[in-house]
Amino acid sequence: MARAAVRGRLTWQTATVTAVKQETDAVRTIELDVPDWPGHRAGQHIDVRLTADDGYTAERSYSIATADDEPVAITVERLDDGEVSPYLTEELRAGDQLELRGPIGGWFVWDTSDGGPLLLIAGGSGVVPLRAILRHRQRTGSDVPARLLYSSRTLADVIYRGELDQYRDGGAEVSYALTRSQPPGWTGYSGRVDAALLAKVAWPASQHPLTFVCGPTSFVEAVAGNLVSLGYPAGRVKTERFGGT
Amino acid sequence: MVALDGNAIGGLLLEVFGTDLTAAQTICATCGNAAVVADTVVYLRAPGTVVRCRTCGNVLMVIAQIRGMSCVDLFGMAVFDEGQDR
Repeated sequence: MARAAVRGRLTWQTATVTAVKQETDAVRTIELDVPDWPGHRAGQHIDVRLTADDGYTAERSYSIATADDEPVAITVERLDDGEVSPYLTEELRAGDQLELRGPIGGWFVWDTSDGGPLLLIAGGSGVVPLRAILRHRQRTGSDVPARLLYSSRTLADVIYRGELDQYRDGGAEVSYALTRSQPPGWTGYSGRVDAALLAKVAWPASQHPLTFVCGPTSFVEAVAGNLVSLGYPAGRVKTERFGGT
Repeated sequence: MVALDGNAIGGLLLEVFGTDLTAAQTICATCGNAAVVADTVVYLRAPGTVVRCRTCGNVLMVIAQIRGMSCVDLFGMAVFDEGQDR
């Protein structure tokens, strides 16, 4: 039975892909034109729904990659055994349509008025909403101190690397921790984001930092636990976990 | 199945309740732990969506959707307040 859309409620709508950009071997950014988009906040996400010919549907959440004043874009990592991501990263083309709803989320969001200093910790494609935060900070000319620590398997797997490196000019500190292999002459961090690395990179708790951690569940729980051990109050450590399907 | 967190049900809660609830405050009826929805433990296909307390593991909320109807059970929460931390 068809039901009328209730005003103010979240409804599925159809967006059009305006461009796709390959970020790394396995990662693509998909830019979208969404009619009557109400605007979003850095850190929010959308739900994407794919429907097969037989009516089977699959829904996934993807963080919005762009700043508040920009059109919506999502950045998707291909999971080889995934149901949705292979389609989004390999089949989808400019001009195609996509069903989505959003923007979603009121907790894992940052605006300049929330202040800082900001500590942003990403595991893999968990960098996407943190990129939106850094992009928002940059585009508003904010001078809130910001540090990004980004854990990636290899340097080639770092998403948005060129852009993130540029944020150093705007006063943000950007560092990478490469877990699997490091290029010759690598001067950044190596290995996992553990208690010792966090003690080195994190702002002292006495500065009342505001922290956003996004990554796979095990990564987020390890990092959040270590931050609380460093004296970070749990209420100032905002976390977002994603799974592997 | 990997546990996610309450951010993952932001869209579902918005659909059911008509407002963003990821920043809403919950108090667990079992152990009394206070947490925002975003920090609860979420299993998306349990089947149905199951939300658990991060401290004691007890069930806070179950949402099942079938034939266009949403069944929401909040039996595990002493408080569910959208007015906090917003």
